[in-house]
Amino acid sequence: MAESTPRASLYGLMAEFADAQTLLDAVHRAQAEGYDVMDAFTPFPVEAVSEAIEHHKPSKVPLLVLIGGLAGASLAFLGQWWVAAVDYPLNIGGRPYFSWPAFVPPAFEVTILFASFAAVFGMFILNGLPQPYHPVFNVKSFERASQDRCFLVIESKDPKFDPQATREFLAGLGSEEVHDVDW
Amino acid sequence: MATPQTRSSGADVDMDKAVIAPGHTSATITAKVSEVVYSPISNTPKWIFGIWAIGFVLVMLLQVSIAKLLFEGTGIWGLNVPVAWGFAIINLVWWIGIGHAGTLISAILLLLNQQWRTSINRFAEAMTLFAVACAVMFPLLHTGRPWLAAYWLLPYPNTMGMWPNFRSPLIWDVFAISTYGTVSLLFWFTGLVPDLATMRDRAKNKTQKVLFGMLSLGWRGSARHWHNYEKAYLLLAGLSTPLVLSVHSVISFDFSVSQLPGWHATIFPPYFVAGAVFAGFAMVLLLTIPVRSAFHLEDYITSRHLQNMANLMLVTGMIVSYGYAMEFFFAFYSGNPFEIFAIAENRPAGPYKYQWMSLILCNFLAIQPLWFKRVRTSTTWLWIISFIVSIGMWLERFVIVVISLHRDFLPSSWDMYSGSKWDWGLYLGTIGFFLCLMFLFVRFVPMIAMFEMKLLIPEGKVEEEHDG
Repeated sequence: MAESTPRASLYGLMAEFADAQTLLDAVHRAQAEGYDVMDAFTPFPVEAVSEAIEHHKPSKVPLLVLIGGLAGASLAFLGQWWVAAVDYPLNIGGRPYFSWPAFVPPAFEVTILFASFAAVFGMFILNGLPQPYHPVFNVKSFERASQDRCFLVIESKDPKFDPQATREFLAGLGSEEVHDVDW
Repeated sequence: MATPQTRSSGADVDMDKAVIAPGHTSATITAKVSEVVYSPISNTPKWIFGIWAIGFVLVMLLQVSIAKLLFEGTGIWGLNVPVAWGFAIINLVWWIGIGHAGTLISAILLLLNQQWRTSINRFAEAMTLFAVACAVMFPLLHTGRPWLAAYWLLPYPNTMGMWPNFRSPLIWDVFAISTYGTVSLLFWFTGLVPDLATMRDRAKNKTQKVLFGMLSLGWRGSARHWHNYEKAYLLLAGLSTPLVLSVHSVISFDFSVSQLPGWHATIFPPYFVAGAVFAGFAMVLLLTIPVRSAFHLEDYITSRHLQNMANLMLVTGMIVSYGYAMEFFFAFYSGNPFEIFAIAENRPAGPYKYQWMSLILCNFLAIQPLWFKRVRTSTTWLWIISFIVSIGMWLERFVIVVISLHRDFLPSSWDMYSGSKWDWGLYLGTIGFFLCLMFLFVRFVPMIAMFEMKLLIPEGKVEEEHDG
């Protein structure tokens, strides 16, 4: 593998690290070196790594949850008003048809329900899951990414990517091993 | 594998404070937790088969009780006027209450940053789900014709142009319980995804790999994914916290919104929520203590966990006892002769006085030994007390529902109530259903959140380096 233009089948290069601390330092050094198209993989959430990889961009999940919650609250209130005051008015003890205090408990529950749907499904959609196939799974030792090893992948799309130089760079970051990731 | 010398006694001084035994790494945690699922069937402790057998028999009883009910109608139950609410609502409230400890552990303790929640949250959330599954059977079955319950209970546009009455607490209940069940399932599944990926990566054969591969949705632990994941998980905890407090409050409205003496009290919502958590922790302890010793999980579920749960059981138990005292106070403070009769006369001295006395015995007196550390560190004592509390909390609902209903304003309409054999069959049946699901879960799903445990060990503590 001494060619300097990446093979078409090469997705990127993957460095394997024994612990998350070394990975974090490696992410910082790769970014300082000018690499940008990369992703890190850890068996547990490491906030510092996520922040570095995402360039401190905030997650969109909270916005989705807010929208979900507001949608749930308005839908539940409007729905109850329409049912109880418009479509099927029942006179119960002469109470007002739109007796809104009684509509608070269902509206509250629907708010929580929609906000939770937004949190879970929004998170999965933002993450592009479910996604059964991904090139990183082609690396045999990647199965330890969910167990006890951390990985850093620099993709061949990166403008600064060079099969030889990037490999040497990754090997110099304290990694255990550097793997080719094929499509 | 866990090192044998660290997994010895729970009374170890070191283990009193630790949330995880020393010496663990990501690799040992992964190996130990996934081993429970992947070990051959011959390694499953024998008594678990015993539990399954008992559970299976009770599930058969459940099916017979349901079939009989659907054929004959609710007349096979012990219900009649004036006690038209019996076992069904008692069991509903009992089961939902049991579920509350799971959400408390997974959501409220997460927001409060209590690290000891980590090793028991998955287990407790599963308990919540299964308890809710048992609970919802009762309101559905008590309609007698559950296939019609769709338009009785849910706002479903039907050809008759009818809608439920949203001013009724019973409809609030439908929304509260169905939301609670759904959100608990989402919360549980979201927490499981990274661990299902671990199970996929450790699969020993193709079937396991495909099955866990599908369930894990292709999770690969990407830093970008964790970024959204952590936010979503935290927000779910934030949403579940008011939810869990609302669910039992709404259930208490079923009673307190009515004007029946013994039910019509403003203390009901907080008193019900505390009772729910109390019963829930009792059930968590009841299940955790045998499971932890059967699968040798003492390294992860340490003495500290059991002691903390015992403390919470004591606190919530005392809140419930305060509720009992306040019911007396309110009865006299109201000056209403019917309230005074219902609370101060009919409960402690009426025809159901032994049920009321057993309630005080189980829920107030039986928890007093928990003040002593010697009791809190003894698994045997904790198990026995939790068992008594579980019975006590069932009795509490019996006292609230039946004693209040059986003697209301008019002595001419007074009558006695007791559950029929079909009431008992259905109740015991749900216990069997719960046990089956719980012990199947323990055997087939990683019962400890592996990725969260990894944050508790030195490897998980990653510091940002300040390079000048």
